[in-house]
Formats: sequence, C-alpha cells, structure tokens
Amino acid sequence: MVHIKRLQEDGIDIIAPIGEIDASSSIELDLTIAKSVGEGFSKILVDCGALEYISSAGLGVFMSYIDEFKDKNVRMVLYGMSEKVANTFEILGLYDLLTIAPDKAEAKKKVNEV
Amino acid sequence: MKYKYKVGCSLENLQGIRDFIRTSLKNHGISELEISEMVLALDEMCSNLMIHAHDCNPDELFDLEIAIDKNKPVVFEIIDDGSVFDINQFNEPSMDNLIHEKRKGGLGIRLVKSIMDSVEYGKSGNKNICRLVKRVQVN
Repeated sequence: MVHIKRLQEDGIDIIAPIGEIDASSSIELDLTIAKSVGEGFSKILVDCGALEYISSAGLGVFMSYIDEFKDKNVRMVLYGMSEKVANTFEILGLYDLLTIAPDKAEAKKKVNEV
Repeated sequence: MKYKYKVGCSLENLQGIRDFIRTSLKNHGISELEISEMVLALDEMCSNLMIHAHDCNPDELFDLEIAIDKNKPVVFEIIDDGSVFDINQFNEPSMDNLIHEKRKGGLGIRLVKSIMDSVEYGKSGNKNICRLVKRVQVN
C-alpha cells in the first residue's frame, strides 16, 4: 500500500510516496507523476524518505518517463532513499539512467541546474 | 525449518506475501539487506505468476514454501498449476530498449536473476514447482 503526498516549493513539485510500491500500487505513482507534468511542472522532486519498498513495477514507472521528460525538458530528481530502496536501483544500474541525490538540498541543486 | 503460505492470485496479496517472507527470514541471522533482496525477487516472481499464469484471478491459489536450515542456502518453492513461464528462457531486452520501448516487464526478471543464485522449474504430479535458491549465511 502506498499513499502519495504532493507539495510545491519554489515552483518545484515534490512528490512523496509513503509506504510500499508494488505491482498493485505502482499506478498511483504513475498517476501522480502524470498529474504533475499535466499541471505544467518542469521541476519534480521525488522524496523517497518514507518509501519503504519498491519493486520493478515502480521502477518501470520512473523509467517510462525518461524519454518524455527529455522531450519536454522536465527534470526529475529522486532523493532520500533508504539503503534497501537504493540497493534496488543499484542492482539494475538505474543510477546511470535516473538522477538520484542523497538529500533534499542536493536534489534541489540538481533540479535547478540548467 | 519450513514456512508455508497459501495465497490467491490478486496483486493486493503481494503485501501479505512480502510480510510472510520478512517474518520467516528474520531471526535466522540473515542481514536486513539480503532479506530485502529476497523479498524483492519473490515479489517479482509471484506478481509475474499472478498476472501471466492466472490472469490475477483471486480464486486461483498457489503455495509459497521457504526452507531455512543452518549452513544451507535458503530455498523458496512456488507451487501452482498454471502455465509455466521459464525466466531462464527469456532474454531480457537491454536497458536502453526498456526505456525507449517502454517495456516494463523485463526489469523484474533482471532483478530476480541478479539476486538469486538459481531458478529451476520442475513438476510434481500436475503441479509446477519453481525453485529459487539463495546462498546466504543462515544461523
């Protein structure tokens, strides 16, 4: 089960999934990101501080936006992952494909890079 | 020690499967990170099975068994009577193709193969048994 919070800070949309994202709940993440882009946000942070688990269904959601974000010039940075969640991204080598920062300050810096 | 769990093929049951695996593996001296990897691999296998072999029909059940013994690898068995999809016969697309073709399926299989030491398929009567082995230090 996942609950996803959203808040806006300095023109940046911050998406915070709370709980576990699997094949039954990844749609929630997909809808939230789609909503953010639909509302015109070009800077998106994903606060993974309360994300306890993610399976390939959730990772697939992030990956499915890579091309679209390139075309639309949208920046997305993930931050605050626990060791276990970070390990899942590492196993698949997603650190090379997605932008991942250790904390919010670093994530904001990356999302504001031109 | 053997742990058993019977579950219907609804994706909503994945949470219960993960909780069962976490509870079974704890108190055997296995590290948290290794437990989380095995939970992930089994979640991927079970969700694949529910979706591809059972059309997410909650009335179709399968068994998950975990054998944990001192100084032996951890052995998971998924037992069902659906169609068999052998992940060893599946060539995962490259990560690049996964992005551009928006194919989400190959990621889970890649995770399972990276995490588990072996994945084998067998039959017992009319049941399929998928056996996944992970070599970890068990106390």
